[in-house]
Amino acid sequence: MEGKKLIKTLFILFAIRLEVKGLATFVIAFLLSLVLYLLLTAGSGTFLLWSFEELCLSIIVGFIVASITIFITSKLGIEIGAKALNPKRWLLFLAYIFGPFAFSLIKANFEVAFRVLSGNIKPAIVEINPKIKSDLGIAMLANSITLTPGTLTLEEKNRKLYIHWLYAKKERPRIKDVCSSFADWIRRITE
Amino acid sequence: MIYLLIYGLLIFGMAFHLIGVLALHRFFDPYTRLHGSTLCTTFGSIAIVLSIVIYSIAISKIQIGLHAIVALIFLMITNAVASHAIARASYKAGIKPEKLVVNALKR
Repeated sequence: MEGKKLIKTLFILFAIRLEVKGLATFVIAFLLSLVLYLLLTAGSGTFLLWSFEELCLSIIVGFIVASITIFITSKLGIEIGAKALNPKRWLLFLAYIFGPFAFSLIKANFEVAFRVLSGNIKPAIVEINPKIKSDLGIAMLANSITLTPGTLTLEEKNRKLYIHWLYAKKERPRIKDVCSSFADWIRRITE
Repeated sequence: MIYLLIYGLLIFGMAFHLIGVLALHRFFDPYTRLHGSTLCTTFGSIAIVLSIVIYSIAISKIQIGLHAIVALIFLMITNAVASHAIARASYKAGIKPEKLVVNALKR
C-alpha cells in the first residue's frame, strides 16, 4: 500500500516536472543525441553492438548537447510542449515521412525533372492558409513543402505561408493543390 | 547481380544530379534555380545513399550504410532550411522573381 502511494506521488511529481519550461526540449534533445551517437558508433564492441566506454560516453555527450540546446532555445524563446514526448506522435511522424511524404516526393521529383528538360514552367507566388497554430507545426509544414521539388516556402506571415510554385495550376489554390495532404497529417502530429 | 543494382542506383542518382545542374543553367532567377537544387538533394542523394547501403550489406560492413543514412538525414534537413533562407533573403534583398503568373506577396 505504501509503495503504491509512493509510486503514484512520484509519477505525479514527474508529470508536474514535465510542465516545467523547457524540460520536454531537454528530454528530446538528449534522446536524439543519444540515438545519433549510438548510430555513429555501432559495431564498436561486444556489449550488444557497442563497447562499454562508448555507452558511457554517449550519455555524457547527450547531457552536454541537451544542456547547450536548452540554453539556446530558452534564449530564443522556442518552446516545445510536453505533448511532443508522446510516442504515438513519433510513430505518426514516422508514418508521415514514409507514407504520404515519400509518395509525393517521388511524384514531384519526376514531374520537376520533366519540367526542367522540357522548359515548360509557369512560376507563381501563391498564398495558403494551413490553419496550423503551433510553431513546431508550421516549421514542419514549411520544411516539408521546401523539400518537395517544385514548391518553395518564401515567407510566413500570421500563420499563412507564401509559396513559390514552379508550375501554378490555379491562381488561388486550395491547400490540397500545393501540398497534397501534408497539412492534415501535421495537424494530427502536432496538435 | 547485386553490383548491377548498385551501379543502376548510382547512375540513376547521377542522372538526377545532372538534371539539377541543367536546371541551374536553364532557369533565370534564384527562386526557380533553387527548385533544381532540391531535385539534387532529394532523389539524387537518396539513390546514391541507397546504393551505398546495399554495397555495405553486400560486403557485410553495415556501419558504412548507417553512417550514410545519418548523412542523408542531415543533408535533407539542412537543404530545406538553407533553401528557405536563401529564398527569403533574396526576396528581402529586392531580387524580383521573373515571369510570375501570380504574386500573392504584393497583393
